[in-house]
Amino acid sequence: MTNIAVDLVFQFLQMTVVIGLAPLLTGLVRVVKARLQRRRGPPLLQPYRDLARLARKEAVVADSASWLFRMAPYLVFAATWVAAALIPTFATGLLFSWSADLIAIVALLGSARFFLALAGLDVGTSFGGLGASREAMFASLAEPAMIVIVFSLALIAGSTQLSTVAAAMTAGVGLRVTLGMALIALVIVAVAENGRIPVDNPATHLELTMVHEAMILEYSGRHLAVIELASMLKLVLYVSLIICVFAPWGIAIADAGIGDRLAGAALYVAKLGVAGVLLGVFETSIAKMRVFRVPDFLGAALMLGLLGALLLFVSRTLK
Amino acid sequence: MSLLQALLACDAVLLALSVVAVSAARRGGAGTFVYGVALALSLAMLAAAAAALIGRAAPAGLTLPIGLPWIGANFRLDALAAFFAVVVNLGGAAASLYGIGYGRREHEPARVLPFFPAFLAGMNLVLIADDAYTFLVSWEFMSLASWALVMAHHREAGNQRAGFVYIVMASFGTLSLLLAFGLLAGASGGYAFDAMRAAAPSAGVAGLALALALVGAGSKAGLAPLHVWLPLAHPAAPSHVSALMSGVMTKVAVYAFIRIVFDLDGPPDWRWSAPILALGAATALLGVLHALMQTDIKRVLAYSTIENIGLIFVAIGLALAFKASGLAGAAALAMTAALFHSLNHALFKSLLFFGAGAVQTATGERRMGRLGGLLNRMPATGFFMLVGCAAISALPPLNGFVSEWLMLQAILLGPQFPQWTLKLLTPAVGAAVALTAALAAACFVRAFGIPFLGRPRSDEAAKAHDVDRFSLAAMAALAFLCLAAGVFPGVVIDTLKPVALAVAGAAMPLQAKIPWLSIAPIAESRSSYNGLLVFLFIAASAAMAASAIHRFASDALRRAPAWDCGFPDSSPATQYTAESFSQPIRRVFGGFVFRGRERLDMPAPGETRPAVYSLTLRDPVWDGFYTPLGGLVGAIATRLNRLQFLTIRQYLSVVFAALVALLLVLAAWS
Repeated sequence: MTNIAVDLVFQFLQMTVVIGLAPLLTGLVRVVKARLQRRRGPPLLQPYRDLARLARKEAVVADSASWLFRMAPYLVFAATWVAAALIPTFATGLLFSWSADLIAIVALLGSARFFLALAGLDVGTSFGGLGASREAMFASLAEPAMIVIVFSLALIAGSTQLSTVAAAMTAGVGLRVTLGMALIALVIVAVAENGRIPVDNPATHLELTMVHEAMILEYSGRHLAVIELASMLKLVLYVSLIICVFAPWGIAIADAGIGDRLAGAALYVAKLGVAGVLLGVFETSIAKMRVFRVPDFLGAALMLGLLGALLLFVSRTLK
Repeated sequence: MSLLQALLACDAVLLALSVVAVSAARRGGAGTFVYGVALALSLAMLAAAAAALIGRAAPAGLTLPIGLPWIGANFRLDALAAFFAVVVNLGGAAASLYGIGYGRREHEPARVLPFFPAFLAGMNLVLIADDAYTFLVSWEFMSLASWALVMAHHREAGNQRAGFVYIVMASFGTLSLLLAFGLLAGASGGYAFDAMRAAAPSAGVAGLALALALVGAGSKAGLAPLHVWLPLAHPAAPSHVSALMSGVMTKVAVYAFIRIVFDLDGPPDWRWSAPILALGAATALLGVLHALMQTDIKRVLAYSTIENIGLIFVAIGLALAFKASGLAGAAALAMTAALFHSLNHALFKSLLFFGAGAVQTATGERRMGRLGGLLNRMPATGFFMLVGCAAISALPPLNGFVSEWLMLQAILLGPQFPQWTLKLLTPAVGAAVALTAALAAACFVRAFGIPFLGRPRSDEAAKAHDVDRFSLAAMAALAFLCLAAGVFPGVVIDTLKPVALAVAGAAMPLQAKIPWLSIAPIAESRSSYNGLLVFLFIAASAAMAASAIHRFASDALRRAPAWDCGFPDSSPATQYTAESFSQPIRRVFGGFVFRGRERLDMPAPGETRPAVYSLTLRDPVWDGFYTPLGGLVGAIATRLNRLQFLTIRQYLSVVFAALVALLLVLAAWS
């Protein structure tokens, strides 16, 4: 019984850790980008202040908006948070990790996108529709790419349960061509799904190529705060996913003691920091794409993922 | 009275109801009476079928002294038939309930009421038929009753063509099934299914029978390239009949395919599965891409049916391949996925067609470009439609996700195949399934977002009102079942156990034993999913976020004109439309699938003529298959035309020559 209590505490801790760290990671990426562009940039903690400021303001809702517009932020946030809670960050064997596997995590993110796209269409402005329609196009390629990546990981680890995958990766599966392909594909999907350069520009509000910002253009006040937090959470989620699968060193395995878990947590934060710096460097060193170049970019991820999975399907029985 | 007798009795009453409806249709209250009785009978049959399925009743047979004189009419209720009877009568009960309200606004009740109970009875009889003759008669009865319902509003534009294409395809499909049964019965003519089961067909005959079954059942289910009638005929019928045709009748076709291939056709060969997998994946992709291009809401739903049938056939193909390779557990998983998805599709597609019918009732429109903002005007319909759209987009914790999840889990067992063809085909099919699922989500964002969100695009949409209580009750019941099947998937899987056992030769592990209502297709360490916990998790997180916001954040809310980056345009015409929403996807996929061409005719500065944008999409199946085929049939008919102008002497010689030729064939045969 005490075991379950400890597990419950750690599950809750992981859920709060990801939500607490989410604005920090976004702030870090912004600072890195600003420094690389020789700007002073906002302080590291600016995203927290932004969220607090938005929460204090009154929400302005368009006349033509329906109840879905006011519900959507909470649904988007809840789906993203649940997906994030299922990803082992510093310890595997989460209490609820068996309630949904990697495929379900992909589908939960799909739910969040579904409601965000609907919210974009709700007010009935051209910007909202533009964002929703382009997001639908990106997702129609990014989601299958993600599923074929899941195929590869599941075949290597013999499970679609993320905890099992992480444990298998920690135990070492050797260098594989498939893993390399899956990593590249996953990074491409993560960049696209989080609306980072070169697919979308998170810093813009008035540009005809914007996607995510166009969908949420009508949001303000507390609704905007919830949506912003959800998208920050999504960034942490993807980074944690990549860390947990491709760099799981130091992650505390199921029955680890408190000390191991604390060490795992410290290492996890350090890894997040490294990932944030890398993302900032990547975004600064690359130019944004035209919208209709993005399908090629995502198509490459889909093909890489499929090629990797195909290699596994074929090589499984050779040995 | 046995359960089978109860089902037959209900079918007989349904047929009698049809006859009564012919004379009573024009009287006031006839609709309420017919639909009310049909509802009661459907519920009774649902209870009987569910009792047979849950009670694991042993297969029971019954022979009536009608039909072919030397074998009579045989009926049998086994697990497979009982499961599909549950699906059919669930859909039938919902459609009858919806019809009580919807049918009141029917302007030609005499063209609908007599055929509705007959259609229900036909579908039910197909499921319990136990010889080829009874099966084909019931099948044809189902086809003709539904054809009559498609032609109910025959004066509306396009409906006559829909009816014509449907009757041609239906006849062709029945012909294929007739030949398939003929092959299976063999030269001795054992038309009872028992005789077919006992006789082991040779490999060539079995393969040919499978091909014919694929054509016959596939044409009714909507498998590409035999799907062309479906998007014409399903939307043409009254909406509750559309729901029955799309949600339920296609499942009867799935049943026919499973019955012939898994039950009657002898031990399977893995080579059979490759064309099924390829056709299923192609159908799914083609269906969803077509659905994304349509602007009529009922046509979107019809094309989405084609997509879902493709997914079901992918799962059936996998089950066949696994069974042929001796991997019974995997076959059970794939077959359970196929059956679960059949049930799910019946639930949410019926719900969506009911919603589309409600929209049509409230606004008189099916074109999405004339709708908009309906969620504010029709809150209840809008909410149920939202549930249906989320379910069909495979979003957790609803039911569509569970069956697609099971399908992906089955695909992940693909490396176990000993054959290289299947090893290479499975991941490709898996990617196609994933692509289909993602495109389906985009399709239903569009199908819900354009009509129900935004601002009204016409006066009719601005003045819409929610529909009657019966229609809403039918939608509410189906929406609830979508959630229940998604949250308690283990119950459904365990109920499917006898069916999987009978069809695939094994069953998935008992799910009720797994703690906390999780489901695990193979082992918990491998993969598991808990719909209830995901549902509770999402609900709790959303509630926590909302309560935290209301506790700590500002509660102030102001209604104001839309911001739209400072340039709001008051005209609703500036909103995104169904066409513009799918434009990016059309540019990515439409170029090579539909040979889409966009043309913009922009007048030079100073000219006063309007700019013209035109879009042409070609249907590859019509262009590549049916148009040449139609031309060929026409050319042959022109040649044969000469036969109509012979003298009596020449006619007699033609008859004589035909007789001699047939006798020679017979002599050569024996």
